[in-house]
Amino acid sequence: MRRAAWGLFLREWRIASRIGGGASVGAVFFLILVTIMPFAVGPDLALLARIGPAILWVAALLATLLGLDRLFQGDHDDGSLDVLVNAGLPLELTVLVKCAAHWAASAAPLAILSPLFGLMLGMDAAPLALVAVSLVAGTPALTMIGAIGAALTVSLRRGGLLMAVLVLPLAIPVLIFGVSAASAASGGVAPLAAPLLMLCALSLAAIALAPFAAAAALRQVRD
Amino acid sequence: MRLSAHEIAIERGGRRILSGVSFEARAGQALLLAGPNGSGKSSLLRAVAGFLPLAAGTFALAGGAAEAGIGEQAHYLGHADALKSALTAGENLAFWADALGGDSTRAAWIAALDRLGLAHVADFPARALSAGQKRRVALARLLVAPRPIWLLDEPTTALDATAQRQFAIVMRGHLAGGGLILAATHAPLDLDGAARLTLGEAAATGVAA
Repeated sequence: MRRAAWGLFLREWRIASRIGGGASVGAVFFLILVTIMPFAVGPDLALLARIGPAILWVAALLATLLGLDRLFQGDHDDGSLDVLVNAGLPLELTVLVKCAAHWAASAAPLAILSPLFGLMLGMDAAPLALVAVSLVAGTPALTMIGAIGAALTVSLRRGGLLMAVLVLPLAIPVLIFGVSAASAASGGVAPLAAPLLMLCALSLAAIALAPFAAAAALRQVRD
Repeated sequence: MRLSAHEIAIERGGRRILSGVSFEARAGQALLLAGPNGSGKSSLLRAVAGFLPLAAGTFALAGGAAEAGIGEQAHYLGHADALKSALTAGENLAFWADALGGDSTRAAWIAALDRLGLAHVADFPARALSAGQKRRVALARLLVAPRPIWLLDEPTTALDATAQRQFAIVMRGHLAGGGLILAATHAPLDLDGAARLTLGEAAATGVAA
């Protein structure tokens, strides 16, 4: 079973990191979202630095969702899902491994790049570090919640938009605690520990529960 | 090992497309599903694999692994080839060997490809293969992980005459080793002693005795 899980992780990683896989596109999308914000709110560095954590978090949320709609759809379209359902690995574990690979290939780079992009918003060192930390703590929850939406829309031809509509409301708590943790150093509303621990709790709960929801959805929705 | 179906009925989209289908297939035997388009051949195979709920009836497997369901002891080969175009043919096969509990060493999947006359494309990305070559890589999946039941939906689509002969040899080898084949097909599969079950008739019944 360990070999099957590792094999699946490796396969997902390879597909995501090769040309057209979409892992790098998410990072570029993230960069573009962060770049257009100063054009919208104006070149006021003090203002940008203050709302920087919020900009980075909203951009990371959208960039995470961007690639998630294909999480199961590719496998559904080419018949791989049929084989995976009857493979040795339980479907819940298959979902978890696919999400882990997707997180490692798509979401983790966003957290690593966020301090660099935050510099463009004139943010200080401490808030930059907190944004990266809060993104590492919070993006697993986004990926797992997104997996439920991806599973529900797996058989729909243009399911990406519907998936975003389904998933974004569920991501609001993650966004609230993420921004609150990230802006703790730059005059935020709460001290750091409380929102960061809530963020970790949300991620852990999502990792524990979402695979069951997504696997149940995959079993139901597939014809 | 004996796979039997009793009074199977399947509904899709609110319409009953199969009803009263019974059959029995023993180890070493092939059962070919025939019938016009839309007669429910593919749906019956998907139901055996466990992908479709049954409106009525039961499948029973005697003599298999006790804990695993029919689907987990079966290879399902559908219309789609289940290949990732970004990976090479060999990477695809190595992954399926891992996932299905087979031997994922290079020697094992090269041997599987070789039996279908395709060892020379092992390191090409799947997107660069022709339709027939992709189909043969998909067929090689049956060989990298041993499973007793093969559920084949039009397995010889896009295969040339040579490849069809090679696959017939592979299928005969599987049957000789105590395997069991359920295949939906319009083309002759060149299997001696294969039973036929024609769907699309009232209360289709086929017994491979």
